[in-house]
Parts: sequence; C-alpha cells; structure tokens
Amino acid sequence: MYLFTQISKYLFIFFLLVFAIKDYTYLFRKEEKRKKRILGSQIRILYLTAGLGFLLILINRFSVMNAALFLGILLYFGITLAGYRLMYPRASMLLVNNMLMLLCVGFIVIARLDSDQALKQFLIAAGGTVIAFLIPVIIRKLRVLKNLTWLYALIGIASLMVVLALARMSGGAKLSISVGGITIQFSELVKLTLVFFLASKLAADSSVKSVIIAALVAAMHVGILVLSTDLGTALVFFVATIVIIYVATRNPVYPIVGLLAGSAAAVAAYQLFGHVRQRVTAWKDPFSVYDTSGYQIVQGLFAIGAGGWFGTGLFLGRPNSIPVATKDYIFAAICEEFGAVFCICLLFVCMSLYLLIVSISMQIQDRFYRLVSIGLGTEYAFQVFLTVGGVTKFIPMTGITLPLISYGGSSVISTIIMLAIIQGLYILRHDETASYDEDGGIH
Amino acid sequence: MRRKRHSEQDIERELGEDVRRIMEGEKLRDVGEEDGPSLYPGMEDAGIGSSVDDETQVFDTSRRVFYTDESFLPIPDEEEWEEEGDEDSDRSAGKRSRGPYLFISIAFGLLFLLLAAHLIYFNLRMKDEILASPYNKRQNAQSQLVRRGKILSKDGATLARTDVYEGGTEERVYPYANVFAHVVGFVSNGKSGVESFANYQLMTSHANIIDQMINEFLKKKNDGDTVVTTLNAGLQEAAYYALGDYRGAVVVLNPQTGEIMAMVSKPNFDPNTLADIWDEMVSDPTRSNLVNRATQGLYPPGSTFKIATALAYYRKYHSFDGFSYDCMGEFTIDDYTVHCYKGTVHGQEDLRGAFAHSCNTAFSQIGLMLGNSALTATAKSLLFDVKLPSELLSSSSRWALTNESDEIELVQTAFGQGKTLVTPYHMALIVSAIANDGVLMTPYLIDHVETATGELVSKTKQSRYKTLLNPEEAEALSKLMEAVVEEGSANELAGRSYRVAGKTGSAEYTRSDGSTGTHSWFVGFTNPDNPDLVIAVIAEDGGAGSSTAVPIASEILRQYYGG
Repeated sequence: MYLFTQISKYLFIFFLLVFAIKDYTYLFRKEEKRKKRILGSQIRILYLTAGLGFLLILINRFSVMNAALFLGILLYFGITLAGYRLMYPRASMLLVNNMLMLLCVGFIVIARLDSDQALKQFLIAAGGTVIAFLIPVIIRKLRVLKNLTWLYALIGIASLMVVLALARMSGGAKLSISVGGITIQFSELVKLTLVFFLASKLAADSSVKSVIIAALVAAMHVGILVLSTDLGTALVFFVATIVIIYVATRNPVYPIVGLLAGSAAAVAAYQLFGHVRQRVTAWKDPFSVYDTSGYQIVQGLFAIGAGGWFGTGLFLGRPNSIPVATKDYIFAAICEEFGAVFCICLLFVCMSLYLLIVSISMQIQDRFYRLVSIGLGTEYAFQVFLTVGGVTKFIPMTGITLPLISYGGSSVISTIIMLAIIQGLYILRHDETASYDEDGGIH
Repeated sequence: MRRKRHSEQDIERELGEDVRRIMEGEKLRDVGEEDGPSLYPGMEDAGIGSSVDDETQVFDTSRRVFYTDESFLPIPDEEEWEEEGDEDSDRSAGKRSRGPYLFISIAFGLLFLLLAAHLIYFNLRMKDEILASPYNKRQNAQSQLVRRGKILSKDGATLARTDVYEGGTEERVYPYANVFAHVVGFVSNGKSGVESFANYQLMTSHANIIDQMINEFLKKKNDGDTVVTTLNAGLQEAAYYALGDYRGAVVVLNPQTGEIMAMVSKPNFDPNTLADIWDEMVSDPTRSNLVNRATQGLYPPGSTFKIATALAYYRKYHSFDGFSYDCMGEFTIDDYTVHCYKGTVHGQEDLRGAFAHSCNTAFSQIGLMLGNSALTATAKSLLFDVKLPSELLSSSSRWALTNESDEIELVQTAFGQGKTLVTPYHMALIVSAIANDGVLMTPYLIDHVETATGELVSKTKQSRYKTLLNPEEAEALSKLMEAVVEEGSANELAGRSYRVAGKTGSAEYTRSDGSTGTHSWFVGFTNPDNPDLVIAVIAEDGGAGSSTAVPIASEILRQYYGG
C-alpha cells in the first residue's frame, strides 16, 4: 500500500504534466485529426487521474459514499463530454477538458480531506453544468442582455450592500448568507454583473466620459468590498475593470492611470484600515503574529514545505492541520501531498485556460461579448494569482478561493457559469463561420 | 491581404467581392456600436439549433477572414504583428484589437510564471528555514522516514549519534555523557539544547535525491543530516573538569566570530540515562540539574558589573584620567555603609587602581557622580532587560534601577550588588563586545550542516549583532581589564605566553537559611590585540573571585593554550 502511494504520487505528476503539455501543443497543431487526438488523450488522462485518486481514497477510507461519489464523478465527466459533443459540436472541447481536469483535482483533494464536502461540491458542480448547457441558448435568445447596463450595476451594488451589511454585523467574519441550507456568496454573483455592466457600457460607448462613468461605478463596487473586508474580490474587480477598459478603448493610458490610482488607493487603504495592515504584517513576518493572523499562513507554509518537490503522497501528509484547507488554503493542501512539481503543472493548466479564453475573446466579433469574455477570463486568472500567491506568501493573503478546485458552492457554480458563458460565446462565434469551414469544430 | 494563411485565402476567395467591398470601401465601425440586425444577410443559416432569426446575428463577420477555426491561436507571431503598425487604417480593423490582447496575455502569463518561479524558489531557499520553526508539528512525522543525524564538535568529536540495533530499535547515544549535557541537550523527554533547536536539521536528509527516492520506496529510513557545532571538545572538557564540584557555569566564545566554543553548567545529568531518572529529577525541586545555568541562571553580577559602571563614567567624562579617590575601606550614605571586600583599605587611587583592586567605595562614589539615569542608559545599551541573541533558551538579565530609586540602591547597583541579576552568558557577550572593538557578533552554535556522507548542506554566516560601545570606549575598558590581571585581583593570570584581560567579582547573596554567601566570578578575554577567547566563570558560593573563579579560568586557559 505504502509502495503504491509512493508510485502514485509520481503518476499524478506525470498525468498532469502530460495534460499541461497537451494544452500547449494544441496551439501548434493545425490539423483537426491531430487536435482530436490531443483532446482524446487529455480525456484519457482525466479518467486515469480520477481513477487513481479515488482508488487511493477508497483503499484508505472505504465508504459507500466515496464509492458512489467516484461513480458519480465518472458519470458526470462522461455526460458532460458527450453532452457537449451532441448538443454543441462546435464547442471548444479544450475548454471543457481543462474545466473537468481542474474539477477532478478539486474532487480528489476535497474527498481526501472531507467526504461530505466532496459530495456537496460534486452535486453543485453537476447542477452548475446543467445550467451551463442552457447558457448558449440563453445568450442566443436574449439579445437584450447587452442593453441592461444599469440593471447590472444596480444588482451589483445592491448585492454588495448586503455583503457590507453582513460584514458590519459579524465584524467581517461573515460575507455570505444562508437560505435553506444553501449559502449564497453575493460577491460571486457580482463577478458576473460587474463584467456585464462594464462590457455593455463600454461596448456601446467608449468615449472618455463613458469610461469615467464605468470606472466610477466599478470603483464603488471595489470600495464596498474593501469596507466589507473582502479584499480578494475587491482586487479581482479592480484588475478586471482595468483590463476591460483597456481592451475596449485600446488606449494604454487608461490601464496606466488605473494602476497608479489603484496603487494610491492601496496605500490609502493600508493607512485607513486595520484589517489591511494586519494582512500585510501577517505576510511580511507571519511568525511574529503566529497566534493570531499569521497562524493560517504559517500552517500553509509548513504544508507546502512538508510536501517538497514531489509531495508526501496521498494520505501521508497532514493537510488537515491547515485551517480552511478545502477552501482558501487548498493550494497548500495540494502542495503537501502532491508536491510542488504537480502544483507547477497545475498552474500551467490554469494559465493555458486563461490563454484559451483570451484567444476565444479575440475571435468574438461582437464588442459586448468580446469584453464579457475577456472580463470573466481575467477575473478567473487574477483570482488564481491571488490565492496561489497568498498561500505561498508571494503576496499578502487576501482570502479568496482557487476557482474550480476549492470547496464552495457559490464559487464553483459561478466559475462554471463564467466558463459556460465564454463557451456559449465561442459556440456562437464559431457557428458564424460554419458555412465556410465545413470540417471545423470537434465532432 | 498579403499576410494570410492559405486557408484564409481560400475563404477570402469564396467571400469574393462582397467582403472586399466591406473591408476596403465602407468605414468600418465596431460592431458593438451597431444595434440593428446583421449587416450581412448571407449568414442566417449559421445559428445554432434549428430556429434561426435575424435577431441572433449579433456578430460582425467583417473580420472573420482573419481567423480560421483554431480555438487556441491567441497570439499572432511577430512577423504578422509588425505589419499591423497602421492602426488607423481600415484594413487593420479586424486586427487592431489584438494589441491589448497580446499585452494582457503576456502580463498574465508573467504572473503565472512568477507564481511558478516563487514556488521553485520557496523549495530551494525558504523551505528549510520555515520548516525548522519550533511551531512546526510536522517534524515529528519525519521520524518514520529519517534516522536522527549526528551532532559533532567542530574538531570532529561525536557528541551525539543514533545507534541502530537488530530489529530496528534505535538509541540515541551521547559518548561524552555529562560533559555536554546542557548544550547538546536531550531528546528522550522532550527536547533541549542543540537537539531541540537543530531538530529540523537532524531530522532532515539532504542525501542524494535518487537514494532518497529508492529508500522511500523500500520504506528504509534516510540518514538525517549531521550538525557540526562550534563547540571545541577539548575546551569543553577542560571547562567541565576545571569547574569541579562547584555549582555554576562556564561560557567560552570567540569574540571575533561569535562561535560558542564551550558551555558548561553544573549540576548536570547524563543524557544517556536521563529517561530512567527523569521522574525522580523533576519531582525534586532542589535538584535543578536540568537548568542550563550558563544561559538561564540569574546571578548578582558583583564586581563584574564595574565594567558597566566604568563605561557609564567614560561616557559621561570621556576619560578615566580625572578620577581620584581616597578609599577608607568604607563609604556611608544615609544609614547604609559600603565596605570594600573583607574591609580592605585601598587608600589614594585613580580609576585604574579602583577597578583593578575592585574598590567598592570608589565605585559607590562614581555611582553618585553618574546618577540613576546615566547608569540605566549604559546598562540598557549593554542589553540588560532585553532578549539576548541565543539559539538556546536564555533568560534576560534584570535591571531594577529606575529614576525613582534611592541613592542606596544606586550605589549598590554601581558596584554590582543591588537588585541587578545577570546570566553568565550575558556577561560573556558584554566582554565579547569589548574584546571585539565594541561589536557584538551574533553568537551561534551550529558551524555547518552536512549530509551523513559529509557533503556540505549549509554553513552559518557570521554576522554582527550590534555595536554595544564604540572602539574608543572598548579600548579604554580593555586597558582597565588588563590592569586587573597585571596588578589587581586576577594577577594569577599574568605572565603567560598569552595575555589576559578580565574582571573578578565576589557577588554576595542571601542563602535560603538567611546567611550570606558569596558567588565567585571571573569574566575576561585573551590577547587583547587579536582576541581569541572570551571566558565567563561563575562558581556558586565559591567566595572571592580571585580565590575560586580565577583559578578555574586559569586552568581552562592552561589546557587550551598548553601552559
């Protein structure tokens, strides 16, 4: 058994490494046959990874629930892959593969840490995927989406006011609300509405005046989040706003001004808010505040260090000693048992997903949808950067989840929907050229 | 359309005039600005599903000719790029938005690469230091994978090793038994000493990574790294035997590097058999054998504190020359009378003489001249009341004098009684700074760490900890301390092949039965021009410094220098 775990950790690294390499070689393959072969081998790797992971989980901690979860996940992968092939033959299967691979890693790690959470995560992901299948149709039918500019802003600000009220009442500890056992994280919803607002505002009019209005509304979003102590989401919004404005205007002055203003705001926030200073202190020297705000970071660093290059092997580490290991600190838990090499491959998979989204955005003709896709993609990428950077003490911890991998219903569902929107836009864009490109797409 | 791929050319041909007209003729606006239905009717059949209406034609097709169906072709190669300089031209309408995309791709790509690089850096450079933290509970899990490494003295003697018996039972063996008890420490009942603070290094293997992987598969333990200390086995033994049956401590360090060369504390214990006598030892409060008196024992400094008082005087008057005092053997203030040790009358003396003969009455006078705040300021600058740099558990010395303290307490403090308490280690650090032109080097105990097969893993870098006094002050104090050996209370150390400077102390304390006892102190250093050893000795209840501590120091130096 011990030997098997030792072999398995190198297998995991090998699987993900091959998967990541396939992501990038796809870039250089022109022939459809080759591309199809790449996608096919990625799917095989996906099943192998899930199989190996759950084999170890079942050996170490057999339960009917874990077995059912494993079968459910296999079924989910199969249905999702087949569903896209049947319903949307021109979907980007590369996007689907990457999404499923990241979900797969998340399922394994969460199931290893906490079976109940894994089951919940799985059900929510499956539900989210059902919604995801409808999204391309919705986008097609609802042309009005691009004209709802101020409705998005209204929903966004209103939702964030709820978050702020919750934060005020709970002293910053609580940023979500529970309705009938389901926890809703409003900031996840606002990730969508803010991007839709900016895209629709700037697609219609990218004059200086319009940019200033858009930036002011976005700044309100960011400001409310800073007050709510949700610094991670605030930063994600800030960066997404700058990127959308830059792409919409193609004027490099805006991002430069934006970054300068953002830096000034960061300094001001540091001076004004104790919770910001606390995070910076905990980042600079977490051991000095070990008993309070440094504890999490230190435990995360111990886990990453214990993992070393190749990890301890599944079930041979102690990732449960990290607080919120399945959420904000899941990257540390992965580092511990899968090792740094695996995590670097994981980062490359995330990066390829972002580059894929950028390329999709570029291919979209409609300004509004182009901005939506680049905005959502940027939110994804920057969130990965914040959480991984925070856990590894590269930047101060901002308390944000690793999309698709961390446990958290709102987070996983919103990411799946984000990707579904991008996918929907890609499918529509793709269908446009279909008549000229008979053998395009993946059948 | 000079820069298109062949497939695009095919498409273009198919598109024919229609597209060409659009691209070259009409001023193209961005599609987002158009709210009406598609400009291009021939596209109705391209929607998804079966129901297609005009309303879904939201996409401008004017640019489609630039893209084939690759879903993953984000960045055009450079040649393509350079041709797109004409941003304003309508022909580049389809491509001009690539600028921001390229930039964003690179920017975010860099962020991801930075994360990966940081993770690599973390594993190469930061990991060991972080994992060595005493907060890290994962260290214990290592014991299944790694066999605890050896501890060596700098001259190569084995101070601790792990023997493995048949059947895999391991035993930690300390060949020197009691001699290194406190400094090397133990792992049987909790951990102490080097065993404690170098636990991570001892429990980590930097053996060949291939061997480690093979061992991991075979579930064989890797050999932990060897910790080579700065301790000198010969010097430690000399100190251990020279202290004899006295309770007390000896600290020897190198003032120019900060290396701790010897550290003895008595009474002590045999770490080999500690587990057997543990219960007995901890249940008996009078047997404080486990306490490392060198770093944790708090003693009145006695006359060794006159070093600090002299420094405060020098800081106030910038010279020792102006001082003159006529010692009558006693000094009365209010209803309290100070006596020189054993009632000696020193007569007319300058500061050098008062220091060399350790005249209490003269230093009482100096105390009054300085006042509470000047003496306190100097003491604080010499690290009283602050955490000392130490890898071992150590106590901070206590400084009780305040601006509100009365004159009796002031004079008592000035000659080293009062309520001041110091550790022998702290006195050694003060003397170390004086010997090293005022600079205290960070004291350390681990010279380097090597693999079980002797390859270097890491070496401790010497560093300046703090400048405690300036070179002029150090020189002046050094001269006073030389006088103590040349003509004063440590005269026994004069006339050797090496020069010694120092200060004796006879620190009175009240025994638990109420009677008065005297601890015997000596602190000093050798070869002031190129100082190589600092030594601090305290023998509890040993009487006058000159009668007990000085002979102990003398014996240690004789062993070290060979005569």
